[in-house]
Amino acid sequence: MKKGKGMKFVGDSRITAEKVRFIPKDYSEYPGKTEAFWPNFLLKEWLAGSVFLVGFLCLVLAHPAPLEGPADPTDAAYLPLPDWYFLFLYQLLKYEFASGTFFIVGALVMPGLAFGGLMLAPFLDKGKGRRPTKRPITVSLMLLGIASVFWLTWQAADHVDWDAKAEQNKPVPPGSTVEIDTEDPGYAVYEQSCLSCHGGELEGVAGPSLVGIEYSADEIKEIAVEGIGDMPPGQFDGTEEELQQLADFIVSTNEQAKEE
Amino acid sequence: MLQKIYDWVDERVDITPLWRDIADHEVPEHVNPAHNFSAFVYCFGGLTFFVTVIQILSGMFLTMYYVPDIENAWKSVYYLQTEVAHGQIVRGMHHWGASVVIVMLFLHTLRVFFQGAYKKPRELNWIVGVLIFFIMLGLGLTGYLLPWDNKAYFATVVTLEIAEGIPIVGEMTKTLLAGNPEIVGAQTLTRFFAIHVFFLPAALFALMAVHFILIRKQGISGPM
Repeated sequence: MKKGKGMKFVGDSRITAEKVRFIPKDYSEYPGKTEAFWPNFLLKEWLAGSVFLVGFLCLVLAHPAPLEGPADPTDAAYLPLPDWYFLFLYQLLKYEFASGTFFIVGALVMPGLAFGGLMLAPFLDKGKGRRPTKRPITVSLMLLGIASVFWLTWQAADHVDWDAKAEQNKPVPPGSTVEIDTEDPGYAVYEQSCLSCHGGELEGVAGPSLVGIEYSADEIKEIAVEGIGDMPPGQFDGTEEELQQLADFIVSTNEQAKEE
Repeated sequence: MLQKIYDWVDERVDITPLWRDIADHEVPEHVNPAHNFSAFVYCFGGLTFFVTVIQILSGMFLTMYYVPDIENAWKSVYYLQTEVAHGQIVRGMHHWGASVVIVMLFLHTLRVFFQGAYKKPRELNWIVGVLIFFIMLGLGLTGYLLPWDNKAYFATVVTLEIAEGIPIVGEMTKTLLAGNPEIVGAQTLTRFFAIHVFFLPAALFALMAVHFILIRKQGISGPM
């Protein structure tokens, strides 16, 4: 007796009384050539794994993991988004049939049916045939599910300006605020035109922080006059000289911040 | 020398069957891309495991610097990202691995699904696999909060609001996850950290063990 209740052990251990060598499984039911897992197959697998790892590390090196500014619960203007693989569930809750009074449909019933169906697939699809053509209903439901997930994800992601979002939320370490030179003639101009939105220390209030930006003086001049993104044009009104002072002030503050 | 040590241990503990069981089996032709390149679809399960190993290792190194508290979480990640040697690479691997593992799991699920490989006798292993998928999504959800930056914070606020909206169990679930019925803050961060680093990985390892044992017991599914 090798298996089951009749097994005999040495003493009270789990070591079997009769020493049986492991006999590889008989794969004769599969036609064609088989290959030993160890070491033949594993050596090829190792190569495939290495190729994958190289590709993966290229991705890692090319795109450093994003980090935004520290969590600020008072930032009411922030557009909240989940990680990309939850976007389809998030998007679902935006439709009328799945929000408000029907919230439960979007939050529980539809995802529950989809994922419950996925989990119980072996019991719902009980036919003998394995080929997709032999189980049209199961396969078409799955294709419909995949199409919905892709479509919902696309709907959620398409209207988001990812670059602008990342740009607006660049990480600025708190506490490392630069010394603001309030004597600078540019600061007086700043006080008049920019302070109400960008804050007394350039830390950002309604508008983003002006510390840690990478614009040149000319670009800053242009933005101050013409606006950018949510910032309307015409925020600055003054002379050309004042505009130059303002731009120089912001640039020098940023240079100072970079040195620290 | 090594052989002698091995024999000494083997004589007492009988360790040969343990690794022989893993090593001594034949890989059938229909799953071997070396015979037939279209068999590459069978790689996705293994790649999922590979990325999971990357996640475990990079995650272990991340916890050497990460501080799960709202004052220092973001700062520790920023420090890791900017000051620590190779910190950006390790965090990058963990960040991108989290996405790649979902993609690989998705492809593996599709392979098994469209081949009908979940049919008798492999129903149980399919369920275990779907549970692993859920655990991975949970790991993604909890890990997303840990850097404690704006996107992490607000995504979690929304997630918890959705959880709260579910009748009867909603508020309890929110309190359980957030540590408070109202505030998303210090307690939420420590709870998500504990869930991400201890609870879910424990569940993941258990399920993966079952997944692999079942594969060895039942063998890989036959050709179509």
